[in-house]
Amino acid sequence: MIIPEDLLYTREHEWAKIDGDRAIMGITDFAQSSLGDITFIDLPKPGAKVEQSKWCATVESVKAASDVYAPLSGEVLKANTELTNHPELVNKSAYETGWFAEIKCSDLGEKNKLMNSAQYKEYVQGLSK
Amino acid sequence: MIENLALAETPLVNKHKELSAKLAPFGGWLMPIQYSGIIEEHSWVRKNCGLFDICHMGEFMIQADLAKSNLGNLVTIDLAGMPPGSCRYGFMLNEQAGIIDDLLVYRIAAAEWMFVVNAATTDGDFAHLKKHLTAETTLKNASQSLGKLDLQGPLSADVLEELAGPGIRQLRYYTFAYFELLGEKIIISRTGYTGELGYELYMPNNKIPQLWDKLLSDKRARPIGLGARDTLRLEMGYSLYGQDIDKNITPLEAGLGHFIDWNKEFIGKAALLKQKQNGSSRRMICFVADSRRSPRHNYRIVYKGREAGAVTSGSFSPSLGAGIGMGYVGNEIAIGGQIVLSEGTISINAKVTDKPFYKNGSAKSGEIK
Repeated sequence: MIIPEDLLYTREHEWAKIDGDRAIMGITDFAQSSLGDITFIDLPKPGAKVEQSKWCATVESVKAASDVYAPLSGEVLKANTELTNHPELVNKSAYETGWFAEIKCSDLGEKNKLMNSAQYKEYVQGLSK
Repeated sequence: MIENLALAETPLVNKHKELSAKLAPFGGWLMPIQYSGIIEEHSWVRKNCGLFDICHMGEFMIQADLAKSNLGNLVTIDLAGMPPGSCRYGFMLNEQAGIIDDLLVYRIAAAEWMFVVNAATTDGDFAHLKKHLTAETTLKNASQSLGKLDLQGPLSADVLEELAGPGIRQLRYYTFAYFELLGEKIIISRTGYTGELGYELYMPNNKIPQLWDKLLSDKRARPIGLGARDTLRLEMGYSLYGQDIDKNITPLEAGLGHFIDWNKEFIGKAALLKQKQNGSSRRMICFVADSRRSPRHNYRIVYKGREAGAVTSGSFSPSLGAGIGMGYVGNEIAIGGQIVLSEGTISINAKVTDKPFYKNGSAKSGEIK
């Protein structure tokens, strides 16, 4: 299970990488592994406003369709359109080429509600018991 | 996990764990859902050869002289017309013509039969047969001692020939014979649930692990889970009992009327005949999405702005690269008709199509056209 140290995490298995007032987001390695082969992603649309912990994308695997929640509130600046034709990139590289969107954050104070890597690791280990 | 305690396990459960399979409950059994990944496994079966643990399914051994026994009345298949060594697909119906189960019948000898039934329905099927069969018939549930492995894919004859000998190539589609394997004389039929050339092997449970290892020692064969079994069967438009068909649905509604022999008597025939004459309030349709989005069980089917029915099976089709599915609608929607499949925030445009979805299967390869 890969859990990079420089990211923040949600209980719904999204990650965020904050740089200034911007954040890149995606789903975690645990999430992609649980979902299995990912076949389609309904990405956040550039210009859309997203709200922390609210629906922002849908990820479909062979087995199920799952909601993805925004780790932080803000405006979507960019979506990773590579995923439209190659959703399997999320299986191959959940934290790098499999990123979902870039958000301009409206309230960086929200990051206090996210877990750091150590907390997320403990959380995931608790789930698999 | 606590909910797994009550689940039955096949003789291969430890093999699956060694292979790091994802295991999950299916039909009361703890079964392998996937090994390397559903899409990779699916594609391997379409191009090469896959091995499936199907030990959960039920087998009944029956001795019945058709002149004396009423066995023929319990299935929609014309048992008398089956040559020994042949298999047929058909149904056990209730009086309302609802499907108690879909099954494969093997005619072993003039008065000897094997019924192969679904895992979750095995006990109910057995009780139904026992209740209706007259004293002249001997019925034995062999499910606890007899295992089953499916070998499926265009290379399955090449792989199986190494173990069973060249006689395996003589088997025609929907026939079977006895072959000597690992010191046992076992039934192998040329049948399957994938649309590819393939075989079903019936081996006593105690030798199933040895047979599994032997078949997988050939690197052309790989283990395949129930996840890929489901996408493979759905690409062929095959129904899954408990999901696409059940005791409240008739074979006519399910679009499976061609498996009914109308020239014989069977339980449910009167009700089915009535439906054949008067029509039904629902019928099965198949559809392909115009995107990679997958229809899923219970998504609504919307036609011309109105709710028309619900999806029973749906998935991403690895072969087509699009979502596919089937479901029941109230009124006829012609092939080519545009529908929408929806659930919550999801809305998928799709087109009604014929089956199979995947048309290049090797199941009947080598058959005289």
